[in-house]
Amino acid sequence: MEEVLQQVINGLSQGSIYALIALGYTMVYGIIQLINFAHGDVYMIGAFVGYFSMTSFHMGFVEALITAMAVCTVLGVTIERIAYRPLRNSPRIAVLITAIGVSLILEYTMMYFFGASVRSYPPQSAFMSGSFNVHGVVIKNMQVVIIGISVTLMLILQYIVKRTKVGKAMRAVSQDAEAARLMGINVDTTISLTFALGSALAGAAGVLVGVYYNSINPLMGIMPGLKAFVAAVFGGIGLIPGALIGAYVIGLLETGVAALGYSLFRDGVVFAVLIIVLIVKPTGLLGKNTKEKV
Amino acid sequence: MARILPLLAKVVAVLAVYLVVQAMIMTGVVDDYILITMVTICVNIILAVSLNLITGFTGQFSLGHAGFMSIGAYTTGLLTMHYPTWWAFLLGLLAGGAIAAIIGFLVGLPTLRLRGDYLAIATLGMAEIIRVLFLNFPFTNGAAGLSGMPRFVNWTWLYVFTAGTVILISNFLRSMPGRNLIAVREDEIAASSIGVNAVRAKTLAFVVGAFFGGLAGGLYSSYFYFIKPDLFGFQKSIDILIIVVLGGLGSLTGSVIAAILLAVISSLLQPFPELRMVIYGLILVVVMVFRPQGLMGDRELTFSAMRRLLPHRWREARP
Repeated sequence: MEEVLQQVINGLSQGSIYALIALGYTMVYGIIQLINFAHGDVYMIGAFVGYFSMTSFHMGFVEALITAMAVCTVLGVTIERIAYRPLRNSPRIAVLITAIGVSLILEYTMMYFFGASVRSYPPQSAFMSGSFNVHGVVIKNMQVVIIGISVTLMLILQYIVKRTKVGKAMRAVSQDAEAARLMGINVDTTISLTFALGSALAGAAGVLVGVYYNSINPLMGIMPGLKAFVAAVFGGIGLIPGALIGAYVIGLLETGVAALGYSLFRDGVVFAVLIIVLIVKPTGLLGKNTKEKV
Repeated sequence: MARILPLLAKVVAVLAVYLVVQAMIMTGVVDDYILITMVTICVNIILAVSLNLITGFTGQFSLGHAGFMSIGAYTTGLLTMHYPTWWAFLLGLLAGGAIAAIIGFLVGLPTLRLRGDYLAIATLGMAEIIRVLFLNFPFTNGAAGLSGMPRFVNWTWLYVFTAGTVILISNFLRSMPGRNLIAVREDEIAASSIGVNAVRAKTLAFVVGAFFGGLAGGLYSSYFYFIKPDLFGFQKSIDILIIVVLGGLGSLTGSVIAAILLAVISSLLQPFPELRMVIYGLILVVVMVFRPQGLMGDRELTFSAMRRLLPHRWREARP
């Protein structure tokens, strides 16, 4: 029983990180139907910014987190402005290839300047590296911090999307960009804002992973990016609650499979479950099946 | 006569390319290094043309082509390691293609009711599952992969299979089932209402595409005599997709041109290994921003199109 609870805690921490990345994927997808393959690399940049804030500028955890989120926000908006906006009316697959191009540029620019080697985050404060024991289940303070920060950020996001004017604009653009424009919504600004929010969350995820797993490298964004995308599709891409459910399911599934001793099969199991879900519900868990009209 | 001449021109062109390269290999103009690039080009042409059939002509977004390739690579690799004969090599290529086609069929049937990005992620998942299986099968030697299979591929085989694939697929697209694929791409509902079986058309595209993907994998493993599961990951599928989109979705000649261009660019960038991928990424972004439909769009580079480029008086002189 303790073992199961232990794995649930681990899975929730892993899932929180996936959720932060998956939210950016799903918001961008919801608004411009683009699978933003560069999103995983924004997360990687976030991890590096956090690393340099802590080592070169001797910032604490919170300051580093905020710096990384700020830098990633600027980066996300810049990427959208330079690489995606000129392609607004192009076939979607062309934008997808552009996103892959941006992803390669980010990965290998980082590799050029900082090398391919793995770097480890500086040791954290005593509070962060501590842990406590609840009926035999060891919970690291760090895990509490990760889950806490993720949930807080998601609540803020939910508030922005549901309760504010800009959030309303975002929902309007994702339903029908042309009609939103006619209602006086600045579509380009709204899309930039979506990228800003998504990238900030990815930046936060980067720092959290750096602190949690203590190792970062320029290619670290590929696999979590892919997993987060899978999470977004799993829940129904374009839906914020769907991304959350998907991310936590995948996080729990991965830790579960690894804990049972099949870690070599981990990625395979994740994808197999994804395919089964898609076969049963072709638009993801929460997705609505819209009939195509002629 | 009017129909035979263009055919004759094509046959002559196909033979001429083969003979010129063969002569260059024999005289030593083409050394081993250039030959490796040419093998890469040919394998990539087969992969891109077969993916173009699925994604460009049938409109089914697939991110799992490397999975089919790995099936062919492992089949050919295992067969030739145990039976190092020509027959085993040829059988391996065909069997690899056939197994890939069967997997394409099995995977295709349930997943083809998915649309667009959901299909893309399902195919991506399929390729990842295949990769994980190859990592764990008792006979594939895990992450270290297979090495030391005999090399049977030479320029002749390579060219026969590459040219053969392009010709077969382009002829297939002009057949009735091939036309059905294009109809499904243009509008699935409209196609169904005039009697095209959309599910059958899509499955057929996956089966044919998977077969040639497997064939390409077999050629790859036999030339480079080293394969491991990580060679056929997500990145490889993306690489193939890049060739297809860069050349133009729905243009076979576009895929061929893009495969050649990207390989040439890649080998020109060889002296700057650190910046290579950065420049490669920049090229992708710039090409897509300025030419989102790809180099060729959905047009083909045909003999009649080339003739239109010639000066007027030359055009008149020919039939």
